[in-house]
Amino acid sequence: MILSCRDIYKRFGGIKAIDGCTFAVEQNKITAIIGPNGSGKTTMFNVISKLVKMDRGIIEFNGKDVTPLKDYEFARLGISRTFQDVKLFQNLTIKEHLQIAISASNERFFLNLLKGKASETMFINEVLDLVGLDKQIDTYATDLSYGQRKLLDLAIAIAKPHTLLMLDEPVAGVNPRLRDSIKEILRELNDRGESILLIEHDMNFVMDLVDHIFVMDAGRVIAEGVPEEIQKNPNVLEAYLGK
Amino acid sequence: MISAYLSAYHTHVLILIFIYIILVVSLNLALGYTGLLNLGHVAFFGIGAYTSALLALEGLTYLAAMIAAGLFASVFGYLLVIATDRLKGDYLAMATLGFSFVVYSLLLNLGEITRGAMGIPGIPKPSILGITFLTNDEYLVFVFLICLISVFIMYRIVNSPFGKLLEATRDNAVCLRVLGKNTLSLKYKAMMISAFFAGISGSLYAHYITFIDPTSFYISELILVLTIVIVGGLASIKGSIVATTVIIYLPELLRLLEMPSSVMGPARQAIYALILIAILMIRPRGLFGKVDLE
Repeated sequence: MILSCRDIYKRFGGIKAIDGCTFAVEQNKITAIIGPNGSGKTTMFNVISKLVKMDRGIIEFNGKDVTPLKDYEFARLGISRTFQDVKLFQNLTIKEHLQIAISASNERFFLNLLKGKASETMFINEVLDLVGLDKQIDTYATDLSYGQRKLLDLAIAIAKPHTLLMLDEPVAGVNPRLRDSIKEILRELNDRGESILLIEHDMNFVMDLVDHIFVMDAGRVIAEGVPEEIQKNPNVLEAYLGK
Repeated sequence: MISAYLSAYHTHVLILIFIYIILVVSLNLALGYTGLLNLGHVAFFGIGAYTSALLALEGLTYLAAMIAAGLFASVFGYLLVIATDRLKGDYLAMATLGFSFVVYSLLLNLGEITRGAMGIPGIPKPSILGITFLTNDEYLVFVFLICLISVFIMYRIVNSPFGKLLEATRDNAVCLRVLGKNTLSLKYKAMMISAFFAGISGSLYAHYITFIDPTSFYISELILVLTIVIVGGLASIKGSIVATTVIIYLPELLRLLEMPSSVMGPARQAIYALILIAILMIRPRGLFGKVDLE
């Protein structure tokens, strides 16, 4: 298992956002978390990436207990993620976004004073080719369309050194052509040995792409299995359609 | 040599411009590039001025006193981030403004060290490697060189990958943290670098004027420096340099009108306010600003 979450609890005031959630992500597989709106999927992502502090529970990454780590410390271990609402640096260019994602040493400013500009252009072009972002690398994030911003967000997550890629609704709000293109990108990454955990509402996308699914409702995992099993599970149908 | 081309008065104004360029660019590094709404910058200027003056009067060489001024201001920059690391936006602005008042109050009340309201007179002119910059012409060359070096270093910083991280911290700290960057550490570094150069400019100011008292580092100075940064534009070194030159020089033109000094002071403040309002209405990002003032 690359990621294991056990008995995770998180309350926001009187609301139980996550109520004893347990699941694990296998190495080199594409895993999805699905569930109705408000079921706690994004909160779970935020808890895993340490942006939200959980009340109790244990998170292990590659067999190591990472529960006490801070968000950036955990990210350095090899978690890479995107956000439901695309988060970019609006006054930086595509190239600068990717340089930040790639480099592990650019916080050392004395070193950078001597080194000047980084030279990762080849890798940057490879990543941009992979996601199909056909824009000049000096284009500012603010000048990109929503779809292009989504692709840049994905490119940043791919470029950052990682062993687990976490994607929060990667195809939300994108056109069918781009959705198919993102599906192919994720397949290619998986073929290269990447482990991927994603949240998605688009059931056709999920059922066609992933190896394993966890279904959340009211902050708990109510079902898990391969796509064919999930589609027939009465608990899942009830969570989505009601009794 | 310089006096053949410039009057003593214009030499004086140019010296002030070079000192303020360091001060303004260093504020822009924290405010414009890193997004730290720091209203305590003038306190670093004052800390640098007092540190340098007191150490030089104790017999330390000027170079050592100037570097100590930068380092001491930098330590206060570090302490300021510790005290305010959970604050953002308006709250950070209020807390850092409070820091300005605290430092002002300390300068005023630590009489045994700072001589309080009486100020420190007789601050020696700088002497480096046996060269003493006694005349204003000599001081102009000296301050120009220090300004050039300081701005070059800050230019290199903001254009390095480290500088891009500072901008990323300003734009979206959450996104940066999930990329494995310690944004708090970046804020510490930015504030310390910013305070260091403010301290250097304070040292240059003290050894030029040769007399300092707490009123030189109060809210009117803060308004001036903040106005210059906003007029020049956030995250623009070029903007800071141009705006410093314009805003320091413009009110000097009032002298041509031969007004009484009781009118000159308020008129100068009114000019700053008018420039600020006009710029915010016509060019909200300032002359060369890259980011919006939020």
